[in-house]
Amino acid sequence: MLTDAMKKQIQEEVERSGTRKAGCIEAIQIVQQDLGWISDEVLVEIAEFLDMTPAELEGVASFYNHIYRKPVGKHRIMICASVSCWIMGYEKLLDHICRRLGIQMGQTTADGMFTLLPIQCLGVCEQAPALMIDEELYTHLDENAFDKILEKYREGA
Amino acid sequence: MEQPLTANFKPHGEPLSLKEYEKAGGYQALRKALKIGRDAAIGELSDARLRGRGGAGFPTGTKWKSMPPLQDDPGSRYFVTDADEMEPGTFKDRVLMEGDPHQLIEGMVIGSLINACESAFLFLRWEYTRARDRLKTALAEAQQAGYLGKNILGSGLNLEIHLHVSAGRYMCGEGTALTSALEGSRAVPHSKVPRQTQSGLWGRPTLMNNVETLCNVPHIINKGADWFKSLSLSSDGGTKIYGVSGKVKKPGFWELPMGTTIREILYEHAGGMREGLKLKGFLPGGASTDFLLEEHLDLKMDFDSIQKAGSRMGTGTMIVLDDKTCPVGMVHNLEHFFAHESCGWCTPCREGLPWVASILKDMEEGRGRPEDMETLEFHVKHLGPGRTFCALAPGAVEPLGSALKFFREDFERHISEHRCPWR
Repeated sequence: MLTDAMKKQIQEEVERSGTRKAGCIEAIQIVQQDLGWISDEVLVEIAEFLDMTPAELEGVASFYNHIYRKPVGKHRIMICASVSCWIMGYEKLLDHICRRLGIQMGQTTADGMFTLLPIQCLGVCEQAPALMIDEELYTHLDENAFDKILEKYREGA
Repeated sequence: MEQPLTANFKPHGEPLSLKEYEKAGGYQALRKALKIGRDAAIGELSDARLRGRGGAGFPTGTKWKSMPPLQDDPGSRYFVTDADEMEPGTFKDRVLMEGDPHQLIEGMVIGSLINACESAFLFLRWEYTRARDRLKTALAEAQQAGYLGKNILGSGLNLEIHLHVSAGRYMCGEGTALTSALEGSRAVPHSKVPRQTQSGLWGRPTLMNNVETLCNVPHIINKGADWFKSLSLSSDGGTKIYGVSGKVKKPGFWELPMGTTIREILYEHAGGMREGLKLKGFLPGGASTDFLLEEHLDLKMDFDSIQKAGSRMGTGTMIVLDDKTCPVGMVHNLEHFFAHESCGWCTPCREGLPWVASILKDMEEGRGRPEDMETLEFHVKHLGPGRTFCALAPGAVEPLGSALKFFREDFERHISEHRCPWR
């Protein structure tokens, strides 16, 4: 459900964006930050708040890589699947990550900690291979480096 | 060798604060631009032969000049910075935004004020979280110091810059799709006629530029067109942020004179290939450019030279293919990307790219058939320029078409041996 705090934040963004509809990406990101993902019910509420039809907002929401229409884990592991990382060992790294987490691309670990997602070029091609966990970037990766990073998140839990 | 864009970068990559930027001469160009006025400022950009660094190489002065004068079309008008850097293999705008955010902001303020735009958008990709935080800080500093807001430097002109963090889609880097995205619609492209400078955001005149292009503007205003041309080794003015990724000894980025040879970038700066590897080919300017080969190493990296050789300089960031990496696998990775990022608006792109990607996957996994070669050629032809609203599909078949030409035997071996010979 949209809280008053969310609505206030969305209203501020809308005022800077030009029109109510133009603030819809910001609105979705604000809500997703809190709720983790965008359910059908919430989508309808956001659409109403922005004077958009749900269908119109769904057209936007389904378009972007960082808008989740299904629940995701506590942390999103986004592995760069683009060309420079592919050349530098993406497939091997992905295999290792899938084995370590016991999931395939697009799945969430049973404990709800991690969702593994593909991501397009992260723009750090000179430091490939790379991935992001939530908003943190990790580069020059190999299997060992990934295991250490994973440890950090597991301890943080 | 002068490196105006990166000269003030700090050794460990922290951004310049407003004070440091001002100490290095920052925001003087804004004062000068306001003094000399629109015609003189645009004249300087045209004389400097600044061409758009987003990939298309359109002359910046010409684009700015095409904004209708305010008296001919009074009302709102918009200035947009395309910082949605998502071309695979490309990372030049990231380093500019992270290293010197005020340089970009000054370019945006100059562009907005002299073209009578009171509202500007900085369209940033989601993944650039470090650049996002640094730009937020820099925007707040600029606002505090009076470079943004009302009556900037006593000029009577106003400007607000809105940082829009996108939610991640390659398509948004296309100008008309970016406009749809900012309006809150699904970001599909639309007709380029009328031009966005006539009818862009909400149907109003809109000027859109790439990050690296705008970073050059303050320097040109400060030091003049002749100085800018003198930086270059080619007919286009200025320096260029070149980058190299792939299995070279020292992947990275360098600000070098426009028109530096590919050989110098690849061997002197990137250190050449790693031990035991040979250069097989390279994409000169991001994922959507045609492969070039060893025989092209002495070409100058500028828009016209690379175009003459049958490719494009694009973003100027090269992706290197070595002899131990499968060219079919590489092209499959590229086409998978383009198929995934196609917005689905135009039929050839929506239907064609997934087909191409699936054929290449089959080849990689030993299921390629001889007739697949013809099907791939068919797509190169029918996804070319003029069949779709935007350049995504033509860009997607540039590496495919050139790979079929240069690495044909490698494709055929996948089919005849029913496997990938590199695996």
